[in-house]
Amino acid sequence: MTRRLLTGNAAAAWGARLAEVDYVPAFPITPQTEIIETLAAWLDAGEMPGRMVTLESEHSMITAAGAAAATGVRVFSATSSQGLLYGMEMVYTVAGWRAPFVLINVSRGLASPLTLESDHDDILAARDSGFLQIHCSTCQEVLDSVLLAYRLGEDQRVRLPVIVNLDGFYLSFTREPVEIPDPQAVSGFLPDFDPETTRFRASAPASQAVAVLGGSPYSYFRYETHLGALNAVAVYEEAAAAFSETFGRSHPAVEAYRCDDAEIVFVMIGSFATKAKQAVDRLRDAGWAIGLVRPRLLRPFPSGQLLAVLAGRQGVAVIDQNISMGKGGVLHTELASALYGKPEAPPILVGFIGGLGGRDISPEEFYEIAAVTRQAVADGVAPEPRLLYTHDELREMRKLQAIAHTERNELESDR
Amino acid sequence: MYRIRFHGRGGQGIKTASRVLGSAFFQEGFEVQDAPRYGAERRGAPIFAYVRAARTPISERGIIGHPDLVIVADDSLVSVPAAGVLQGASAHTVMLINSHDAAEVWQQRLNLAGPVLILPATEEVEDRAGLPFVGSACAGAAARLIGVISREALVTAIETELGTLGAQRVGKNREMALQAYERLAAHAGAVTEGGETGAGEYTPPDWVGLSFEPARLSAPTIHAGATSVEVKTGLWRTLRPVIDYTRCNRCWWVCSTFCPDGAIRVNAERAPEIDYDHCKGCMVCVAVCPPHAIEAIPEHVAQAEETKDA
Repeated sequence: MTRRLLTGNAAAAWGARLAEVDYVPAFPITPQTEIIETLAAWLDAGEMPGRMVTLESEHSMITAAGAAAATGVRVFSATSSQGLLYGMEMVYTVAGWRAPFVLINVSRGLASPLTLESDHDDILAARDSGFLQIHCSTCQEVLDSVLLAYRLGEDQRVRLPVIVNLDGFYLSFTREPVEIPDPQAVSGFLPDFDPETTRFRASAPASQAVAVLGGSPYSYFRYETHLGALNAVAVYEEAAAAFSETFGRSHPAVEAYRCDDAEIVFVMIGSFATKAKQAVDRLRDAGWAIGLVRPRLLRPFPSGQLLAVLAGRQGVAVIDQNISMGKGGVLHTELASALYGKPEAPPILVGFIGGLGGRDISPEEFYEIAAVTRQAVADGVAPEPRLLYTHDELREMRKLQAIAHTERNELESDR
Repeated sequence: MYRIRFHGRGGQGIKTASRVLGSAFFQEGFEVQDAPRYGAERRGAPIFAYVRAARTPISERGIIGHPDLVIVADDSLVSVPAAGVLQGASAHTVMLINSHDAAEVWQQRLNLAGPVLILPATEEVEDRAGLPFVGSACAGAAARLIGVISREALVTAIETELGTLGAQRVGKNREMALQAYERLAAHAGAVTEGGETGAGEYTPPDWVGLSFEPARLSAPTIHAGATSVEVKTGLWRTLRPVIDYTRCNRCWWVCSTFCPDGAIRVNAERAPEIDYDHCKGCMVCVAVCPPHAIEAIPEHVAQAEETKDA
């Protein structure tokens, strides 16, 4: 086992290499491209077996991934943002084939307007597709999650494709110390893919869900996919336990950081959750009983684990790095639905939206989120959800609007 | 935790500098986080990279707002607002500038609360976007200023990060890094670890509640032409094309047609004029001019001349 500095992208590539993937359909997009470049270099140099094919779009790439998985080989692919959306028709389609593979998504905000930096609107657009979702907060987790994802998706109780998500820039281009597991230990944890009956061959025709169905058989297949996804909570916990035993690193479906006696907890996903950890440390220094809860598994939604860890808390602050237009934070909504009507649920759930398009969240903002939540607990009423946005940012926006000549006079008359 | 920020231009090896320093910290047993931050991914455009190092796992992420050390590989960036060189510099921050001007001059120009050190790392070159080995020199200087990185760790880091470039280039990078490392021996340990804002005494964020504005204001539409004029991409230029009108044959179209940025216009007297606010210094005009009437002048030389004339 060696420990070295790797970017999140390189960690993802190492995950694919250690999983001994057979086939990599690829299409480049910032900030993901380094993953397929790394794999291409290894494949070219003969450092790993397998084949890479560059497709003409993400739509074709995801089709190729699903089709290859249906032949019973192990498939890996990667995309980001607009690329994931371009392939979205096939994201839904291949999930219904029940042919497992792993897709990396390097999170990047969606157009319009355009950005290269990270938020989770891209990955959450795939939320209801049938792909399972694992969200990472460190480069180490990226590598480990690829291995976990194969074990999870290939399990006969699940048999679904899995997206492993890492944040653009904050993980994709950031190096951190990463332990690269021993290949033999990986083989022990992740046996060869047993595709059972899924052995699509040219000489033995089969078809993947091509019939046009009426509502009744359609409902059966759709609900079976849902049940397979639900099974993945327990299967994931099993896999994470085996992972911990083999490699000594613990990646539960829901991470609870300094939560034992916490009265208030932050809930977050992704790499910014490590910033929340640091804020928890400083708040603890200042005498707060506070912790962080971080779902790693977002699909299936680990409702049971979340309810168990949040039971009896006074207040919960959800920080969503995403926005559902006309509703608000997705995690806030999902958590509310998991807690509603449960007698042990925390009485106060406060929603914040921050980090859109990679916008930073400062330590002071985390402290203030804690203060707002404590006040809400004291008042017994949760305030309206808030966007993390400052007067300085609005001033900068006004400057940009003036440059763009947006009704300059009107803006000036507002001042 | 140590927090270090490197500033330079695309092509100067700034990402590599951050990786060499990150690797050197790692050799010394530190937990490390290093990352480049690309803007316009182009040679000559401002870029920065940062390194965090600590004895315990690092949870902090993103751009370093309160640096312990800022290293500027190219002093022409100090005055470029978009480069953000001075962002968050405080009395605690050591500023190291690769410059031929003295520290006192920079101190006077910038009126910084913290110390300024000079690294005359490289001989002046024609095109600063290709400053030879400046990244390694910056990494070597940083390692010495931090004071907890040994020569051996620095050398191993250079071999780890640059090994694929071949023995000769690794050797030259090692030499430049060690030279800078020695040169700053008197300042070893000048950089110390900064603290964090505690949760007890913080200034609350100045949040604003965004209110609805009609789409004619709030849609991301640009309502007027030529607004890109406001973005001075000429700041990326490290070489300046200068027209010698005694040799220009007034052919009126070659340079202006080939200019990929439309930064050359032809006036009523058929003479081409270069818009230096937006010329990025690609030198296509220099290459295509039939009578060879356009010359490439190092930007810093051209700017020095202008200052003298003024």
